[in-house]
Amino acid sequence: MSAILVLIGFSLAVALFFLGAFIWAVKSGQYDDRYTPSLRILFDDTKHQVDESRDNTDK
Amino acid sequence: MEENKICYHCGLECPNDQIKINDKYFCCNGCKTVYEMLYENDLCNYYTIEETPGISQKDSVKRNLDFLEDPELLQKLIDFSDGKITTITFDIPQMHCSSCVWILENLYKFDKGVSNSEVNFLNKTLSVKFNNQETTVKKIVAQLDSLGYLPNLSLETNRDDKIKNELKRLYYKIGIAGFSFGNVMLLSFPEYLSFADIVEYEFQNTFNWLNILISLPVFLYSASEYYISAFKGLKKKIINIDVPITLGIFVLFFRSLFEISTGSGVGYLDSMTALVFLLLTGKVFQNKTYDSMNFERNYKSYFPIAVTIKKEGKETTIPVDKLEVGQRIIVKNNELIPADAILISANANIDYSFVTGESQPVEVVNGEMIFAGGKEIGGAIEVETVKEVSQSYLTQLWNSKAFDKKHESNIDITVNFVSKYFTFIILFIATSAFLYWMQIDINIAFNAFTAVLIIACPCALALSTPFTLGNTQRIFGRNKFYVKNTAVIEKLADITSIVFDKTGTLTETMKSQIKYEGKTLTSEEESIIKALVLNSSHPLSIKIAFSLQTNTRFDVGDYKEIIGEGISGTVNGKRIKVGSQSFTSSKNALNSDNNSTNVFVSIDEKEIGFFKIINVYRFGLKEIVNSLISNYKMFVLSGDNDGERENLINIFPDENTLHFKQSPHDKLNFISSLQDKHEKVLMIGDGLNDAGALVKSDVGISISEDINNFSPACDGIMDAKSFKKIKEFINFSRTSKKIIIISFIISFIYNLIGIGFAVQGLLSPVVSAVLMPISSISIVVFTTLATNLMAKKRNLL
Repeated sequence: MSAILVLIGFSLAVALFFLGAFIWAVKSGQYDDRYTPSLRILFDDTKHQVDESRDNTDK
Repeated sequence: MEENKICYHCGLECPNDQIKINDKYFCCNGCKTVYEMLYENDLCNYYTIEETPGISQKDSVKRNLDFLEDPELLQKLIDFSDGKITTITFDIPQMHCSSCVWILENLYKFDKGVSNSEVNFLNKTLSVKFNNQETTVKKIVAQLDSLGYLPNLSLETNRDDKIKNELKRLYYKIGIAGFSFGNVMLLSFPEYLSFADIVEYEFQNTFNWLNILISLPVFLYSASEYYISAFKGLKKKIINIDVPITLGIFVLFFRSLFEISTGSGVGYLDSMTALVFLLLTGKVFQNKTYDSMNFERNYKSYFPIAVTIKKEGKETTIPVDKLEVGQRIIVKNNELIPADAILISANANIDYSFVTGESQPVEVVNGEMIFAGGKEIGGAIEVETVKEVSQSYLTQLWNSKAFDKKHESNIDITVNFVSKYFTFIILFIATSAFLYWMQIDINIAFNAFTAVLIIACPCALALSTPFTLGNTQRIFGRNKFYVKNTAVIEKLADITSIVFDKTGTLTETMKSQIKYEGKTLTSEEESIIKALVLNSSHPLSIKIAFSLQTNTRFDVGDYKEIIGEGISGTVNGKRIKVGSQSFTSSKNALNSDNNSTNVFVSIDEKEIGFFKIINVYRFGLKEIVNSLISNYKMFVLSGDNDGERENLINIFPDENTLHFKQSPHDKLNFISSLQDKHEKVLMIGDGLNDAGALVKSDVGISISEDINNFSPACDGIMDAKSFKKIKEFINFSRTSKKIIIISFIISFIYNLIGIGFAVQGLLSPVVSAVLMPISSISIVVFTTLATNLMAKKRNLL
């Protein structure tokens, strides 16, 4: 029976991890714009390569 | 006639097939230029993501953006700058499709100084990060303008960080409540199967204390806004719906704490967390806002943020709020006059459509007064200000008390009315049960008292309003009627009078009928007139050009445009004049009707006829009015003269309800006089001239041909195409109110069943944990289904 206590502790830890992940997602602004990313994913991804190279030269 | 080509850039019909590159046709040179620019930068992908995504360049004018060099002004516009890297956020209302997103996020290809640009499509904003050394705000704005995405530069921003943070907090709260709800439920599960003692006492005890630990954040954080709202209400001596909710949550928590610490029971923490979770879900549902729309706009959003002034012969740009009386300002074509002023130049053509709703420009001559809000059409003019911006004729409207009224938050009227009685009844029942059982057993008495408060916690009651109205708001949104918040729907259900503005509301702004009267035109003459008017950018010329269906093209020689008078030129060997009667002919031989705007034509100094521009009333207006007139008092307020009286009487039978020559102040006062007679007023208007009336009225709806356009402060924005559904909208808001009342009755029945258990002291945690979610979820399902069903019945879905 005491195995249950271990399991409950474990399941709580997992649940807390996901709660933390959710809070992080909200905090980092992922819920601010719930529409544009769905458009952005359809574009051909030429932008970021250029962006990264630009960032490198900035540094 | 051969079918006209569609512009490859913006999708408008091309007037001819002259402008083309290879096999691609364009409606104007502006569109072609944008295409060429995209082609050079290898960005033609723009046209493959969506077809004809562009913004028409037909009416584009060269704008002076010098004011964007003013450091003080820039400081107000930018979000952040460390001297090297700057971020700035633009409002770009023209954004409408995924091609727009793509091109705007590829801004760095045009301007190497831009390191990153990111679109928020729902908010219609673009945040740009750029290097100060390589580019400037002015350059970026000019680039956006050349692509057709001129940002709406205003010192009043749409972006309200407070609302954003509130929404974020709501997400945190709901996340925590969901987490606690799930885990408490899991740990309470053995208790639900209590027919067998499958859990040993020590485990049960551990579980119970764990439950308290998990539900503490819900009690202390997630539910906190209900305590605050209840406290605020009580301070104002109002018992709002949050009072019984707070009472319920406190009793749930402390009774559970008591039961667990004394070992007498397992508590009701599962019910408590479920309750808070469901209530917060309702809040999220109700919180739908149309981010890109601004319901709080005042005149500052319309006015330019900077003006060009002439000082000691030199032109400089200053922010508009620094404009003083007596300064000379230069107003160019299509610019707004920011303050009441006197015209210094010889003459000007002022379009007062913002102020009066009248779309035909007015001619002003030297020394005459020009009111703030007028728009110069034609060449640049010089004016001298006589009043400050905030004291001008139009802007004074905003000093009126109506604009002081605190914008009420989203308070649900019906539910708070009910909650007052509800709370007293519940307290009465609980006390009666307590007094009854006290004579038998103090423990049972205590149990019964708390049990009544727990089970009566008005979760279902509190959820019925947000879900019904939230869904109604969505249904309205699908029909292109966007309301500011759900409280507007409740107010709309109660209105008794409807007041219409005339121009732009009852008439269509875009469409005015052109009728030619006079000597019948030969096809040669038609072609001659068309050739001439095509040269002018005056709105009337454009309208006339569109009304003439002819394909022969002539060249125009000796073209002259006299502002406020007309245009003239030599076409096909003939001398032609188009404009006012005094301009085209000295004889004034033709009789014209003074009730409409007329444009006269003469060929070789001989007057041949005139084009009559007639207001076009919205399609089916008479039917709409007829269907409403038996239930509501209806009024028309028009800023124009009574030239349209005859036409309006055909639609509105009672002549006394028609009011003409109403200034913006008159309109506001008219609404207040109706309200003094205890009328609930729905005002439907469009321009800035209705701004006062829209704010003063109980429900102010602004009609717009393009919902992304500016509209004055109001409670709702309606697409002009949906105007014919106005009756359905009002009726549907009443239906929603009925649905709320029915769902109240259902939730009272649940309460009665629960209280039946409770007063007998029989409420077990299991019954509570089952009854609470079932009642709430069934209410949510009922309201959602009922609103959808009724919307389908009324053809709104």
